[in-house]
Amino acid sequence: MKPDLSVKIHSLQLKNPVMSASGTFGYGPEFDDFMDVNRLGGILTKACTSKNRDGNKYPRMVETPMGMLNSVGLQNKGVEYFIHQIYPRISHYDTEIVVNVSDSTVEGYIEVAEKLNALEHVTGIELNISCPNVKEGGMAFGTSCPMAASVTRAVRDVYDKTLIVKLSPNVTNIADIALAVQDEGADSVSLINTLLGMAIDAEKRKPLLSTITGGLSGPAIKPIALRMVWQVAKAVKIPVIGMGGISNATDAIEFLIAGATAIQVGTANFIDPSVCIKIVDGIEDYLIRHKFNSVNEIIGSLET
Amino acid sequence: MKKFMHDFKVVRNDIINPDYFVLYLQCSEPLPSIEPGQFAEVLVTGSPSTYLRRPFSIYDVDYENRVVSILIKSVGDGTKTLSCLSEGDTVNMIYPLGRPFSDPEGSDALLIGGGVGIAPMLLLAKSLHSKGCNVDVLIGGRTEKDIIEPWVYEPFARVFISTDDGSRGEKGLVTQHSIFHNKELNYNKIYACGPNPMMKAVASLAYSRNVPCEVSLENLMACGIGACLCCIVETHEGNKTTCVEGPVFDSRELAGWH
Repeated sequence: MKPDLSVKIHSLQLKNPVMSASGTFGYGPEFDDFMDVNRLGGILTKACTSKNRDGNKYPRMVETPMGMLNSVGLQNKGVEYFIHQIYPRISHYDTEIVVNVSDSTVEGYIEVAEKLNALEHVTGIELNISCPNVKEGGMAFGTSCPMAASVTRAVRDVYDKTLIVKLSPNVTNIADIALAVQDEGADSVSLINTLLGMAIDAEKRKPLLSTITGGLSGPAIKPIALRMVWQVAKAVKIPVIGMGGISNATDAIEFLIAGATAIQVGTANFIDPSVCIKIVDGIEDYLIRHKFNSVNEIIGSLET
Repeated sequence: MKKFMHDFKVVRNDIINPDYFVLYLQCSEPLPSIEPGQFAEVLVTGSPSTYLRRPFSIYDVDYENRVVSILIKSVGDGTKTLSCLSEGDTVNMIYPLGRPFSDPEGSDALLIGGGVGIAPMLLLAKSLHSKGCNVDVLIGGRTEKDIIEPWVYEPFARVFISTDDGSRGEKGLVTQHSIFHNKELNYNKIYACGPNPMMKAVASLAYSRNVPCEVSLENLMACGIGACLCCIVETHEGNKTTCVEGPVFDSRELAGWH
């Protein structure tokens, strides 16, 4: 008998714990040629803001040892464009569609959340209070407990489906932020967003990103992400979604053992656009090999 | 256009000189249609410092033998690792990617490649020649070793060469080549690929003569399929992705080019 891969994140019924991470998966159709997106537990769309955002200037990316820095800066055409142009192209997916929501003001977050609340097939939002690449909002909301709490509460009051809050690792104590958003009504926390980093061209003595600093992702950050997921999972009562450098099924399983109920795959999608499905299959193989009936048996099963 | 991810077997690695090599890669499956100007994202294995795929223009296609060839310049650890591949090795590629070159409104075309920027021009020369166009190819480089396989264009085009130091062909930049001073020549479209300053100079010259110019950009890329928005270029219609909406752009689309 096949093991049960399904997990629950509040009202989200994921057929397996594997989701795509926002900003690395477009809106989904970009990957249709490489995998059956319907087989994923869920997809996290690119960030959606109240108004059109051009994002940051080029260059926006630099490769680093076992990872990359990006400073895309939440480029998107705004929530109205999403509703009228993107949503009709993705609403057919038979998977949980979660929209990543960001803005520079609390009012902006509220506006986007309210508008998305009306979309039948968008079953949750992920509040992005942790983007390191925008001047206003973004990480500023996610690095102080009062700010994180206030934006979570404001959105909670207008949004009645699953509310996930995406946490920044660029803090002294990530568990404190997780507790603050839990107390204000977050249904789940996802972590970690990218770590603030930078790269320099030594020959030219110039930064390699237009924004000087950017967000570090990829396998390089996995040990930090795993540690933070473990700390947060111990501290909160709501489900944790783990991410940060997950490249294969073993990585994903480590996050589940550390206490994540689901995981998100980000930068690895650039290396192998079918990696998410390979991770789903790999988790199933692991469960069979270890004679588990359900993936829930390994969540938070770290033996210390 | 559907994209594929396939493992290819190296059937040949032609080392042209210490800086340039051509990989001939065979697919076990029939190749999809590949248009001039499209590129592939190549996975580099065995290089500890290379994490992301590397984008390369597709140099040539042999549909009968299911072989794609890629012209590469060794510049960093990733390309140096690829230069060491030999017959029987496996290379994983995502392809065919990006927007191809478009045909000229007329029968006369000039194709200009600077250094490894010549890479997309062979397929284009073949394609335009097969459609009855008169094709000129101008190959530019800093020095003689940057002039890669000029003879391959000869069945399809007239070939011109310029080098900065005069070691091969005319001395000077491509835009200083005598074909631009030949009043007989009246191109319907100019195509350019190479370093940005070269492409901008070519585009300016084309613009001043009211000739459409398509350039193939080589922006830094991560995903290659439009998912990450790392490779954007500023256009008059806002940011566009080099990987999906490019790499080929009409130079008049690009902000700050004219």
